[in-house]
This record gives sequence, C-alpha cells and structure tokens, in this order.
Amino acid sequence: MRYLPLTDTAREEIKKAIGIDDSKELFKSIPADKSYFDLAAIPSALSEPELIAEFKAMGRKNLFPGYLSFLGSGAYAHFIPEVVAYLSAKGEFLTPYTPYQPEVSQGNLQAIFEYQTMMTMLTGLDVANASLYDGATAVAEAVLLAVRKSGRQRILLADSLHPEYSAVVRTYTQNLPIELVTVNVNEADGRINLNDLQAKLNDQTAALVFQSPNFLGVVEDSAVLAQAVHPQHAYAVQAVAEAMSLAYLRPAADFAVDVVAGEAQSFGLSLGFGGPYLGFMTAREEFLRQMPGRIVGQTKDLDGKRGYVLTLSTREQHIKREKATSNICSNEAWCALRAGMYLATMGKDGLALAAGDSHLHAAYFVSKAAKSRQVRIVYQKNFYNEVLLEIKKGTAEAFLTALKKNKILAGVPLNWFYPTVSNRVLLAFSEVHSREDIDRLLQAMGEYS
Amino acid sequence: MSPLPDLIFEISREGKTAHGLGASRVQSKPAIDPGLLRTAIAGFPQVSEVEIVRHYMALARLNYSLDQGLYPLGSCTMKYNPKINEKLAASEEFQAHPYTPHELVQGNLELMARLEEWLVALTGMAGFTCAPAAGAHGEFTGMLIVRKYLKEKGDPRRVVLIPDSAHGTNPSSAHFAGYEIREIPSNAEGIIDVEGLRPFLKNDVAALMMTNPNTLGIFEKNITAIADALHANGSLLYMDGANLNALLGIVRPGDLGVDVMHINLHKTFATPHGGGGPGSGPVGVAAHLLPYLPVPRVVKDGGKYGVVFAAPHSIGRIKNFYGQFLVMVRALAYLCSLGRENVRQVAEDAVLNANYLRKKLQDVLDLPYPTATLHEVVFSDKNLPVKTLDIAKRLLDYGFHPFTIYFPLIVHGAMMIEPTETESKETLDEFIAVMKKILLEAREQPDLLLQAPRQTPVRRLDETLAARQPVLKWHKGENR
Repeated sequence: MRYLPLTDTAREEIKKAIGIDDSKELFKSIPADKSYFDLAAIPSALSEPELIAEFKAMGRKNLFPGYLSFLGSGAYAHFIPEVVAYLSAKGEFLTPYTPYQPEVSQGNLQAIFEYQTMMTMLTGLDVANASLYDGATAVAEAVLLAVRKSGRQRILLADSLHPEYSAVVRTYTQNLPIELVTVNVNEADGRINLNDLQAKLNDQTAALVFQSPNFLGVVEDSAVLAQAVHPQHAYAVQAVAEAMSLAYLRPAADFAVDVVAGEAQSFGLSLGFGGPYLGFMTAREEFLRQMPGRIVGQTKDLDGKRGYVLTLSTREQHIKREKATSNICSNEAWCALRAGMYLATMGKDGLALAAGDSHLHAAYFVSKAAKSRQVRIVYQKNFYNEVLLEIKKGTAEAFLTALKKNKILAGVPLNWFYPTVSNRVLLAFSEVHSREDIDRLLQAMGEYS
Repeated sequence: MSPLPDLIFEISREGKTAHGLGASRVQSKPAIDPGLLRTAIAGFPQVSEVEIVRHYMALARLNYSLDQGLYPLGSCTMKYNPKINEKLAASEEFQAHPYTPHELVQGNLELMARLEEWLVALTGMAGFTCAPAAGAHGEFTGMLIVRKYLKEKGDPRRVVLIPDSAHGTNPSSAHFAGYEIREIPSNAEGIIDVEGLRPFLKNDVAALMMTNPNTLGIFEKNITAIADALHANGSLLYMDGANLNALLGIVRPGDLGVDVMHINLHKTFATPHGGGGPGSGPVGVAAHLLPYLPVPRVVKDGGKYGVVFAAPHSIGRIKNFYGQFLVMVRALAYLCSLGRENVRQVAEDAVLNANYLRKKLQDVLDLPYPTATLHEVVFSDKNLPVKTLDIAKRLLDYGFHPFTIYFPLIVHGAMMIEPTETESKETLDEFIAVMKKILLEAREQPDLLLQAPRQTPVRRLDETLAARQPVLKWHKGENR
C-alpha cells in the first residue's frame, strides 16, 4: 500500500528489535475476545484510478452544475483568483501542525499576523483572533465572551440573526445560566424594533447580538443600536454572515460597536457544501484577554530580529483547562491563511470592486424587479447584496420550482427557517453574476404565473 | 537583516494591483444611506500578482511541514496527507452551495452517508454525526449528548471525571456543557483502574471521559470493567478517540462499552492539519444515544438521500450547514484507498514504529511508565543535564520537527513521540541516530542545545515579551 512505507523486511527487523514474533503481541493489552474483529463489513481497497472513477461517479450525481445560482444566506459565491488557489495548496501551508515550534513556523505565523491586521482594518476594531470554526460558532463564542466580560447573563438576540447562528447559540448555551431573549424586527424596514429593544434591555443585559447586513438582507443602523445599549453598559455585538460587506460598509468601530464576529467564507473560500469555512472575531482592545482562540503576536528572537509566536495562551485550554475562555484547539488556520492571501491579492482596489459590484448587482436587480407583477421587493433600500422577495401568487416553493425548470436557483425560501412565512425568498448577488445572468433571472421571473 | 520577508503592508505601493476583475457592465446606483458606506481602507495591500506569489513562497520556505519530513508530535497523528485526496476535494462537482435543493446534491449527501457508514464499521458505534468541526467541538457535542440523555432520564448530574493524563480540551469541553470536573489519578502503570475509580464514582457522576489509548500511549486495558462500573452507577463512558489510529481494524470501541466517542478526521484519517485546522471531529454514539445526535442528519429514504433538520430529542445544531464537508471528502477518499486489506496494517505499522523508537531510545532516555505502549511513547527529561525544550530546539537544527513537549502533565519534562505508520524504518533510524547524538552533546557540549536552534530562520523567540506587550497587527511605521 503506497501510504505505508514499511516493507515486510523492515517489519521483521522491527519485530526482532523489539522482541516479538507476531504483530498481534503488540495488542496484548486489548481484551482478546474483542480484538481482531471481523473486517468483512468493510469495503475492499480501491486503486488510485478506481478511486478517481468512484468519486467522479459520486460527483456526477450532483446535478447543480449548470444551474444559475442566487443562493446566499450565509454562504456566498465570489470570484477566487487562481493565485489564491495555487498558493494555498502548497504543502508548506497545508501540512504543518499548529505552530507550536515558532522557529520553523514563521511562514504561517506571519501570514496569520497579516490576516489579523486586515480583519482589524475591515472592522476598524483593535484586535482580531486567528480564527474560529465558522460564523455560527463565532457568534456563539461572542455571546460567551460578552457574558464573561460583563459578568451578566442576559443576551438579546435579534430575530434577524441568521437562524442557524441563533440555533447554534441556543445549543452552546443550553446548559449554562444564560438567558436568551429575542428582539423583534420591524416589518416596515427590516431593522431591529427599537421599542422592543428598549423594553427588553435592562441592567442585567450583557449584550445585544445583531446581524448586519441581517438575515433579511438589510443593513442595520449600528450607531443607533450601540447608542441604545451602551447606557445600560451592555455591549453591541455585530454578527456578519457576508464578510464582503465589510469592504463596502462603514466600519463597525465608527458606530461604537464593541465586537464583530462572523463568517469570512467570502474571502477566498470555495462554497464546499458548507465547509470548511472561517469564523472570525474582532473586538475592542479591552476584550483581548477574554477572547477565545489562537492569537498571533509579534516579538523578537534572541538576536533581536522580528518574529511571530502564538501568544496570550494563558487564555487557552492547554494551560487553563476547564477555566479556559474556550475549548477550541484545532481551528480554521489554513482558511484564515487563505483568506489573508485572498485579501492581499484582491487588494485595496479589487476588494472594493468585488464588494461594490455585489451591492450594485443587487441594486440593478431591485431597480428592474420593482415593477414586477409577480413579486414584491420587501425592502427596497438599505440592502447590501441580498434581496428579500415576496411572491404575489402562490408559495415560495412553487416559485422556486418554476425557476428551477429554467435552470435557475432563485434563492432560499424563508419557510425553511420561519415556517409561517410561506411566500418569501432571499436572493444573493455578487460580482460573479453578469448582467446577462441577472436579466435571465428577471426574464424567468416575468414568465412565472 | 531579518530573514523574514517584509510584511505585505510594507511592500505595498500605491497603484499596484494583483486582482484580475474587470469592470461590471451592470449600470446601477447604490441603494444604501450614504452615511453607512465606507471610504477606502487605509493601509490595505496594493501589490502586484508576481509579488504576491513571491511573498507567499518566501513565507512557505519558512515553514516546516509534513511534506518535508518527520513530524512526530505525540497524540497529533501527523501522518502523510495523500495528494489525490486534495485533488478530489477541490473538484468543482463537490463545490455546491449548502442550501442547494437536495435533489441536485445527491452525490454530496451520499458521500457524507458513506463516510458515516465507514466510521460505524470501524468503531462499532451505532451511528455517527460528521457535523463537529474539530476534536474539541466533537467532545463538546458528545458531552451535550450525555447531558441531554441523562436530563431526560431525570437528572443531568453534576460531575464529569477526567484522568490526569487527559488533553486540556476534555475538561474545557465538559465545562461548557455545564459540568464540574473531577480529576482522577492514573495508577503506577499509567492507566485508570476500577479500584482507583471507585472512590470518585458517586451518584452525581455523569460520565468519565477517557482517552484510549491514553496520552501515554497505553491502552486502558480495564476499559470494559470501567464501563461496567460506570453503567452500574448510571454514568456514561465517553471515549476521546484522538488516538484511534492505534486501534484501527484492531478493536471497535463500541465493543468495549463506550457510549459516546469522537474521532479526528485530521489525525486518524489523514486529512491535512493546515497549520492548525480545519479539522473535523465526528461523534459516534451507542444505540440509546442515537436520538440525541445533532441536526442536520443525512438519511436515505428509498433510493434518495435527504436531510432531517429537526428531531425531538436532538441536542440541536452545533454548526452552520453540514460540517467540514471538504474534509469529509478527503477522509472518505483515504478510507476507500485503504480498504479492508490495509486498515489493520495502519494500526500495526503505527504501533511497530512507535515501539521501535521506544526500544531504541529507552537506553538513553528515562521511560517513566514501563507499561507496554501502542502508537506513541512518552519519555521524561529526568537525569538529563538539559531540559526537554533544549532537546526539542536542537532537533530543529538537525532538520527534524520535535515531538510534543511537556505533555502529558503527569510526566516531568515529557517528550511524547508518535511517528505514525507513514514513516519508513530508514527515517526512524535517522531520527534515533540524531537523538543519540543530541543526548551525547547534552553531556559534552550542552551549549549547543542551550543555544539551539541556530539553523532556523529565527532563533528562540521571546514569548514573554509577546504576551506582556502584545503587538497583534501591523501599525504603519511601528513594527520594525
């Protein structure tokens, strides 16, 4: 077997050296009646050509290629420059372990340091960690961070937070003395209802967790939200599902937001059926020693030369065990490295272009669809790259089925998450869509009846 | 002159560009309040494409990686990452959006279901979820399952028992599931026995988290008796499967009384570690815990695959979407390549290699636990004129990545060595020779160790400075 370099001769030499005749003697400590179980249920090995054929066959059962997709809702199609794919696939980046030996890990450490810097530039906040699993778990970690830092147990969750993020927050906190309270959204503008927020906010509130752009596609007025919660000494925690928006919208720090956490898949990670993606967390400096996850810091070596290390590890499980800020160990380091490559490659201009076109393509669609007889645009302004449609006739499922016949995936139906909302669909746009793509969508919508 | 390339921000020049996007032909105007829009990002990189490539190639050269050589980190199972698996995971036909209608992603759903079937066959557990993102995430998931199950039986209980040799994630994961931790001591053999466990086994104990083989590389041979004692007490047995590599095709944890376990696709199943992730930490459960697995669950209904998004007893959702899907692609490819003919050989070779290192090094290093070991061996720095750290740093000079150091905590100056099955005897012989040479140097020229490493891009780094005066990002003009 090509992955096993020991020859039979080498195996015999090793057995002789360690004083055994049969490999079975190695496993004497395992109950004899349980060991060397019958392997009959396990499939036979495939050769490399057979393996490729087998996976091609499985791939062919995926019929989505060839469909024009406007799916978003937490995972976004953006263009990935070839240099990003080429460089990130290098074994030097893909096959090291966590950089516990910094002297031979400066490449990864510097790359993550650069990634951290760019994430702080995008949010305007002081510090970034080196990654969390994904957007949903990053938001759950932000909830725990706010609780730790404030010493309070009440968390307000906007109803417009990605429903899977809310679900993960609920799972994470199900055995902890944390109270989760949902804050309603205005039907009129898709933003948080400030009266409801004020009614639910009290002096035991640790944080308001809101998403912007929110799950309905609407950009919140973060300044108003931060101003509302700060007098009660609660934190404003912003969740972000579409990181591309960070390059188009004013940075959270300008609005006095305390923590921004979310999903950075849009920065160069392929859709990959939902993972691996990249959870990120940025915060004001005062949160630093309560942050979860790895953090890379700059230091000097014995000769005074610049170098990088994993730092502030006294927060972490390998030192603090059950008193750690998080149980996270393996994280999404390679995804963060790749996101850094993407951001550096796109650069100041390219990122602005992709982020701008993502909005402008959605705006083009909205301007054309505004007159539609088949659909109503629920929020005609302050969307970023996602648009909520209301189907005037029939259900969202009927609408999507009809467009699927035209090889178009025209969004995610809201009833997947809000069972009572039967006629709304969320569509996402980005720089990958051409004008022809959007016109094709508009045409197919026009033919729906 | 620094051996490190300048930061990407330092090589940035106004007007340079590396992206190839063209101007959009879509004509439209922004529909957002102007006060919500940002201006250009100050300091963001402006670099040409060729400079991007050279920057990252320069960084790549500063990394030690498994593709370069032995990476004997104990309990990390740094085995070779097959290249075909990378190609398969990058295939366009697997890159579906996670909300694609299920009839258009039957291949992806089948792939996840097949991986779960493989894991069931190899572990003897009744069912698996591949949703957890990493080992610690799997532990957390497992402990949530334990808690929900016990709660529905009437009492979630208060305490989780964890051996003193456990990885730090175990207590932390149990803590976030709402449990108090009680540490139980290993016996003189380095394992847990029923007599030692008994005093801790009160009626408030929810579970024991046991790593098996443990972090000393020793199989917990009392596992079935321990499982019986736990079950008689109404408690559950959680097995941390970080070291499953030693048991692959040899024994199924499900046959040993394990109620819930996690495994690491990025260890046992050869997916690349990526410099710290992404991993994947599937969780397997015995039949009585199946209803508690997280959602979503892939199910086969007739000839078609579907997904169940809600289940009455489930602990809920623990991650966005389906989990680390592209890691699952690699793991399934690895298992298909191994097949029935090779899975057992993986464990046998891993254990042979570890025992070869043990045999060859036990004359020159202190072996604190003489008990037989499987896939790894732990030595201590007792009776040495230098510390474990110095040996590790000297190894860097000889071009080897060191072993895990100072873990497990119960061994003084621990050197935890796991060669894995993907190293040749020739490589092991080289490593043994270098270790012996270093230990000789330790006595004759200790300065070579104390000053090590000298051959690496940078020398020992000041970690205290990094923590006391944190510099966590580039500030214009301030990072020199």
